[in-house]
Amino acid sequence: MRTVDSALVRDTVKRLCIEANCILPCDVREKLEEARSSERWDSARRILDRLVENYQIAEATTSPMCQDTGVACVFVELGQEVHIAGNLTEAINEGVRLGYNEGYLRKSVVGDPLRRENTRDNTPAMIYYDVVEGDGLRITVAPKGFGSENMSRIAMLKPSDGIEGVMDFVVDAVNKAGPNPCPPVIVGVGIGGTFDKCALLAKRALLRDANTRHCDPFYADMERRLLERINALGIGPQGFGGRTTALAVNIETMATHIAGLPVAVNLNCHVTRHMSAEL
Amino acid sequence: MDIRINTPLTREAARALNAGDSVLISGEIYTARDAAHKKLTELAAQGKPLPFDIENAIIYYVGPTPAKPGQHIGSAGPTTSYRMDAYSPALIALGQTGMIGKGMRGPEVVEAMKAHSAVYFAAIGGAGALLSRCIVDSRLVAYEELGAEAVRKLTVIDFPAIVAIDSRGNNLYDDGRRDYLSHIETRSE
Repeated sequence: MRTVDSALVRDTVKRLCIEANCILPCDVREKLEEARSSERWDSARRILDRLVENYQIAEATTSPMCQDTGVACVFVELGQEVHIAGNLTEAINEGVRLGYNEGYLRKSVVGDPLRRENTRDNTPAMIYYDVVEGDGLRITVAPKGFGSENMSRIAMLKPSDGIEGVMDFVVDAVNKAGPNPCPPVIVGVGIGGTFDKCALLAKRALLRDANTRHCDPFYADMERRLLERINALGIGPQGFGGRTTALAVNIETMATHIAGLPVAVNLNCHVTRHMSAEL
Repeated sequence: MDIRINTPLTREAARALNAGDSVLISGEIYTARDAAHKKLTELAAQGKPLPFDIENAIIYYVGPTPAKPGQHIGSAGPTTSYRMDAYSPALIALGQTGMIGKGMRGPEVVEAMKAHSAVYFAAIGGAGALLSRCIVDSRLVAYEELGAEAVRKLTVIDFPAIVAIDSRGNNLYDDGRRDYLSHIETRSE
């Protein structure tokens, strides 16, 4: 049994909140720069230039890339041989509180969905716990903006809808979203599970490196075909036309019921943020 | 070629702009998003004065990050505009001539824009660090309790935007996509 002090969790979450909002992950950078050199439509390329310039300024000045510094989604992989000294959930929320305050990040959380009063410290975080083997502890902070979150969709398809039904639903979700989620987007797709697990798969898909395809060649091929179809829609950067509508399509799957084919699409903007640490 | 425009934005100046024009905006603009729009239109419905002069005003849909010491404002890119669709026609009828945001607008907003000669500008979504460099002053006007959603008066210099929908209802989101698709179709023939 290894003991980890909750104060270390707090300080790590605080640091990750600030870094995730100011430093674009390498994979998303590479995808953006790749898109900039392959985009042939002038107005689209000019917008991609500005997006590259934006993340460079943000990193150089430790400023948030986007003013929507998001709700803090915190993914915890907790080894079953780890003992946390103190309150883990409270430590994570305290880390978010400190990070959003000291990092000059926007507080975008309302405590109640209908009464809508801002909690003023960006808590509570959306926390996802996974208990895994071993004595490791891995924390990922993924601030999620709602311009793209609002354009996300879920459907309970019929098994007979098959792969074509799933692909049509994903392409339609991106098409309907149009300019609203700040394209070029990263498309997280969940297939299978239950209603709720499917949505979580789609969100987890956004954490995967945008350069890494699914380990199953069947789904890797589906990711490539979806990206091709999405980039033929013509929406383009910011929706003003062009090839670069999506930078990547990441699919995550799991088992499901004989009667069902759930599919969820969680969109993320070109400022797809995530930062991890091993404790 | 960028078109320089100054605030307040007269109806005449608004009518001269066309969908697809790149503009650089200078002068004073006001911030408001969901919660502030709700309050502003409630005041208007009661016939009470608004906390700023709406005549020929441009409203920027933004909730900036807090300013660091020595800064006027933090990162300040546009938020998605359709959430303001329920409120914009009333404010346009009162004299608002410009909106800055990102993404599509509903038909009710476009009709109000055509009836009163207003323009919808799009700024680059997600480019908050870059856009904040064009904002040289920020002053609280109303609703401090709303935090990032408070109404502020910003002074901007050469703030870059694109005319997304003009006062005749021409829409760059439709036209830009159509032009691109017909271009690649011609190329592949």
